Amino acid sequence: MLAQIGKRFLTVIPSLIGVIIVTFLLTRVLPGDTASYFAGPAATPQAIAEIRTKLGLDKPLPVQFADYVAALVKGDLGQSLTTGQAVTKDIAARLPASAELTLAGLFLAMSIALPLGVMAAVRQGSWIDHLCRIIATAGVSLPVFFTGLLLVYVFYFILGWTPAPLGRLDVFYSEPARVTGFLLIDSLIAGEFETFRAAFAQLILPAVTLAIFSLAPITRMTRASMLAVLGADFVRTARASGLDSSTIIGTYAFRNAMLPVVTTLGMVFSFLLGANVLVEKVFAWPGIGSYAVEALIASDYAPIQGFVLTMAILYVLLNLMIDILYGVIDPRVRLEG
Amino acid sequence: MINRRSVLVAGLAAPFAAKGFAQAPSRSETLILVQEYGPNSLDMQGIGSSQPVNGVALNCYDRLIRFKPTPLPGGNGNAYNMTDLEPELAESWQMAADGMSITFKLREAKFHSGRPVTAKDVKWSFDRAVSIGGFAKTQMNAGSFEKPEQFVAVDDRTFRIDFLRKDKLSLPNLAVTIPFVIDSELAIKNGGDDPWAKEWLKNNIAGSGAFKVESWKPGSETVYVRNDAWTCGKLPTLRKIIARDIPSPSTRRALLERGDADISYGLPPKDFKDLAEAGKVKVVGVPVPNALWYLALNAATGPFTDVRVRQAVAWAMPYEKIMQASLFGRGVAMWGGPPKPNTAWPQPFPYVTDAAKAKALVDQAVPGGFKTTLIFDSGAATIAEPMAVLIKEALGSIGIDVELSKIPGANFRGELNKKIHPMAINRFGGWLDFPDYYFFWNFHGNNSIFNISSYQNPAMDKLIDGARFAKDAADYQSQVEAFVAMAAHDVPVIPIAQPLHDVAMQKTIGGYQFWPCREPDFRYLTKA
Repeated sequence: MLAQIGKRFLTVIPSLIGVIIVTFLLTRVLPGDTASYFAGPAATPQAIAEIRTKLGLDKPLPVQFADYVAALVKGDLGQSLTTGQAVTKDIAARLPASAELTLAGLFLAMSIALPLGVMAAVRQGSWIDHLCRIIATAGVSLPVFFTGLLLVYVFYFILGWTPAPLGRLDVFYSEPARVTGFLLIDSLIAGEFETFRAAFAQLILPAVTLAIFSLAPITRMTRASMLAVLGADFVRTARASGLDSSTIIGTYAFRNAMLPVVTTLGMVFSFLLGANVLVEKVFAWPGIGSYAVEALIASDYAPIQGFVLTMAILYVLLNLMIDILYGVIDPRVRLEG
Repeated sequence: MINRRSVLVAGLAAPFAAKGFAQAPSRSETLILVQEYGPNSLDMQGIGSSQPVNGVALNCYDRLIRFKPTPLPGGNGNAYNMTDLEPELAESWQMAADGMSITFKLREAKFHSGRPVTAKDVKWSFDRAVSIGGFAKTQMNAGSFEKPEQFVAVDDRTFRIDFLRKDKLSLPNLAVTIPFVIDSELAIKNGGDDPWAKEWLKNNIAGSGAFKVESWKPGSETVYVRNDAWTCGKLPTLRKIIARDIPSPSTRRALLERGDADISYGLPPKDFKDLAEAGKVKVVGVPVPNALWYLALNAATGPFTDVRVRQAVAWAMPYEKIMQASLFGRGVAMWGGPPKPNTAWPQPFPYVTDAAKAKALVDQAVPGGFKTTLIFDSGAATIAEPMAVLIKEALGSIGIDVELSKIPGANFRGELNKKIHPMAINRFGGWLDFPDYYFFWNFHGNNSIFNISSYQNPAMDKLIDGARFAKDAADYQSQVEAFVAMAAHDVPVIPIAQPLHDVAMQKTIGGYQFWPCREPDFRYLTKA
């Protein structure tokens, strides 16, 4: 097993090198001038030139690339100009925020989508199947910033049930001592139940917004793959053998239908982690997606490169995890291949 | 740090607390500010500092002098006047008889570190501002501060500046956010190899100001607490400020209307208009001194080199529609002025929307019309995009076919610097509120990067230089009136509106203070 995982990691190295080169080149062809952006509106040409020299942007591209790789080897992703901090520090601070939100949203979506998808497949054509179709269509066609703003409007502005969308914690709470970066976990570790409650309350609306959006792919995939499995020979055999339907659906069909669902979950997770920029903006969530977009608008190279690299590594790890999970779900699947 | 419980406990314990016992700041001593984005550094002199860093400099550092607060019409707070200055770190100052130097007497003040502020610190800070490059250097140069040799620490409490030339901008330029005084010993000690401690000061405050930074999470939150030992003015009534970065304007508005935020900086003009009309919160709009939204026409190359075509555009502009549909009335009209100008700036040019006059001028200059392009900044698109569309529509009717081009924020300044685009929508504001200062940057033959229209005219240069170093008031007045009249005739840019700087706050918030840097000054704000 370990040797297999090791082998798997070796195949990853070329893709990572590719990601490093491509993001470096892509950020350099962005149509923006970092130096004049950061020199501000009151800058003279000399001031812009000074900033360019300071950032090393006046050097030829290969030299800039060599500098970048040399720093990367030391674990230095450079400095962000938009926040003024080291990119590694920024990412370390922001990734847990995004991960906590995404996991919460995904967990919520799964707890609704999986039973719904299974039921829609079992009772094909029934009202529950139609409900499933409506939810999936609505969820995927409502843009997240719209659902986000709508939820804020109804539950915060009109009803006042949820706390102010001020980020991860209300202003009068202080963050618990940092262990994992997940506020829910850290506050429990520190034994601050009041903070846990506050962090949880802040999390509800953005998590629901994300869940509504990710319901669609998970429900549809669960339904489709359940349908395929339910029509398979072994299910017919099980039925013919007189097994009761909960055993057939729960033990035999569902487990076999899980493979594509797990793949979808992995995809949805990694997509949400980097792409929930709009949710982060609406709820002032200090996450990694809005960080990358801010950097992109300012043509701030280091954070963009750092973000893409982090995401690439996450994808690799996630895919590996999914592959291992495959083996658990279906022993016939092997890691190599 | 405090949480609800400790606030409650402090409140209950208050009647029994011994005199002089320091309590945690209560909710009424805590201000919650929401803004689009926060500082990217704590050092306004550093290269690449963003706009909100001015607020850090304002509240956490002191300058020698500051502008004197002067009441706003309507009584909603205070603004300033370029020539009314009052002491901050300096106790008094004396101009030399020949007018070529000025000597400041420092008051007894202490840095947050407990060290007394000395003239040596002032010199180090000013040396830093003129040497560090970037914006700090540009701003210092604007007041004719160019070399470290100009700054002399005479003794611990006496500081002198030697002038290179007599410049009326020198003194006001000491009151803007750049020339703040840093604890030089602390900075040098922590600066490592860097004599200006750039990296350390970016992340740490070494000042004497009324507030200290308690915690700073770039991109999400800045927390300030009062420096109880501040002696350079009346001790602020606010003891704690929590500034949260809330990128979505809709969320900022909801927070304010629900009462969860006390004050909001930066909302689109439409939201401000709605908030002002709804009347639930207080909206203070101050016309930004020396600032304009304008349409620049390239006077050096392309179709607009002919002054008649530029005048035609000025007669064709749909001013009123732009004011309503793009600025939602949050601006001061800059059209329909009197034919003879006065010394105010900005002031309306004598154009109004008159399509017939415009058409006649175009037919005279370029029979059959022409095609051209207009660029604007996507970062300012909420205002600039409707503006551009209305201009395109209006110019279409006089035979000028305009193609719109939206440029991403990071690229806009670079595109302007190329000076090849025939038309651009832009906003300019000068910190130092003098007409000659505005004209020097915008219309002088030195063709600075703010001269978007690349307008060059020796007669104009003579008037601008004449006004900048005018002998007396009458001379100054005649030169200013002459250059405004010349700009109104030559129209290198067409003024549209003077923007309002809008801030929305709860009705309980008082003491609003507007400064050239436009950032909030917590020293004056109060909460009832």
